[in-house]
Amino acid sequence: MIDRPYGLLAELTYRCPLHCPYCSNPMNLADFGDELSLEEWTRVLAEARELGVLQLHLSGGEPLQRRDLADIVAEAHRLGFYSNLITSALSLTPEKARQLKEAGLDNVQISIQAADADLSDRIAGTRAYDRKIAAARAVKALGFPLTLNYVLHRHNIDQVARLLELAEDLGADRVELANTQYYGWALHNRAVLMPTRAQLERIEPVVRAAIDRLAGRMQVLYVFPDYYSQYPKPCMGGWGSRQLTLRPNGDVLPCQAADQIPGVAIENVRRRSLAWIWDDSPMFNRFRGLDWMQEPCRSCPRKTIDFGGCRCQAFLLTGDPAATDPVCHLSPRHAVVADVIEAVTDAEADTDFAYRSLQREAANVGQPGMPATLASNMRQPSAAPPSD
Amino acid sequence: MSANELTLADRPRLSARARMQYDAVREKQVLLFPEGLLVLNETAAAILALCDGQRSVAEIAAELGARYSRPVDQDVMNLLNRLVQKRLVEAQVVEPMAHADDR
Repeated sequence: MIDRPYGLLAELTYRCPLHCPYCSNPMNLADFGDELSLEEWTRVLAEARELGVLQLHLSGGEPLQRRDLADIVAEAHRLGFYSNLITSALSLTPEKARQLKEAGLDNVQISIQAADADLSDRIAGTRAYDRKIAAARAVKALGFPLTLNYVLHRHNIDQVARLLELAEDLGADRVELANTQYYGWALHNRAVLMPTRAQLERIEPVVRAAIDRLAGRMQVLYVFPDYYSQYPKPCMGGWGSRQLTLRPNGDVLPCQAADQIPGVAIENVRRRSLAWIWDDSPMFNRFRGLDWMQEPCRSCPRKTIDFGGCRCQAFLLTGDPAATDPVCHLSPRHAVVADVIEAVTDAEADTDFAYRSLQREAANVGQPGMPATLASNMRQPSAAPPSD
Repeated sequence: MSANELTLADRPRLSARARMQYDAVREKQVLLFPEGLLVLNETAAAILALCDGQRSVAEIAAELGARYSRPVDQDVMNLLNRLVQKRLVEAQVVEPMAHADDR
């Protein structure tokens, strides 16, 4: 009996006014220009509800770039989803926020790149901080619950105390202190993003103290970087178990990076029903259950806790998607991760980011850590690329 | 209410950020909130259905105790305190002196 999904990550568009170097979107952003229409989203959302999805995360790129966002929200509300807007908030004016509230949006999550405008704008690659702060205040004034998302990395992790103060000042209900995860653009920029062990040790007591102090007032979620962990993360709560991701062009994936694993067709809602994709597609069944596991996962008592970690990360770092996620200290390939950590420098001044961009040139860059023979083999989306 | 714990006189209600609804797929009541959810068992659903901001914790426990023919005070307190801690339930605090009835 296959699990019913709880959550749908709806990447409505890959257009975005920001250029964050840690973005998890694929590097070939321009290949996803043939976006699903409102009618198509309406159908897909209905199918998702029938499948059991309850939590809808409207994301991208930047979901506010969709002119029909309020219509999508209204439809989601009508269908009975709990809807969360995952946004950079750059164009989230009070009027827009009001429109979305009236359409039935339930929750707003705003990203902020740092605790001060200068660094925040430098990381985002554009002036954005002041408008984010204004948007956060507008969102609270309208009675929305507010989540602040802080992606942490070498250049802002030391600001954790100030990030938490800012969250309190803005009246956030939830704060995500999320260490960068290395997929897409983040993987490409890994060498300049990875924090040092010393930085992580310094902020640990600050984060723990804040969690205790704010208990019952503000929820603080801290995501520790798995490269520094003993065991891997239980990625997505299991492959094809609790969540699914829909890309702007209708491609359906178990997670944001699964297109990188070759050998299985990428399904698309323009050609197949969501129910078939979830229940029957080779893609979604590929790593369900435990039979696909190799040793040491196969015999490991933790296999039902962390499922051997992340399949995409196992593929990206070792070339084998069925291997133990090499962040696990029990992985025979753990040296791959240990070497990355070893090479992390204290070079705070080094912000030689490859900024997220729609330019096709950037999309042709191979990904570090990927075996050389695979680097030139970046998978294309299932649909034909739009003609320019 | 002290240290975010309920008293029997408090009148709990769902927070505005949370919503309870029936999920036809799982045939269970669910509690939805920012980027999270709880699938509710029958007891939890019954308790939350009575959290209307009018009934006190004591009244909720009494009503359910009668319905299930057993004392449910501890179940009610445990569940509601957990949800208060998660800020999914809020309570209208009622000061003992102002409590009008003879309970």
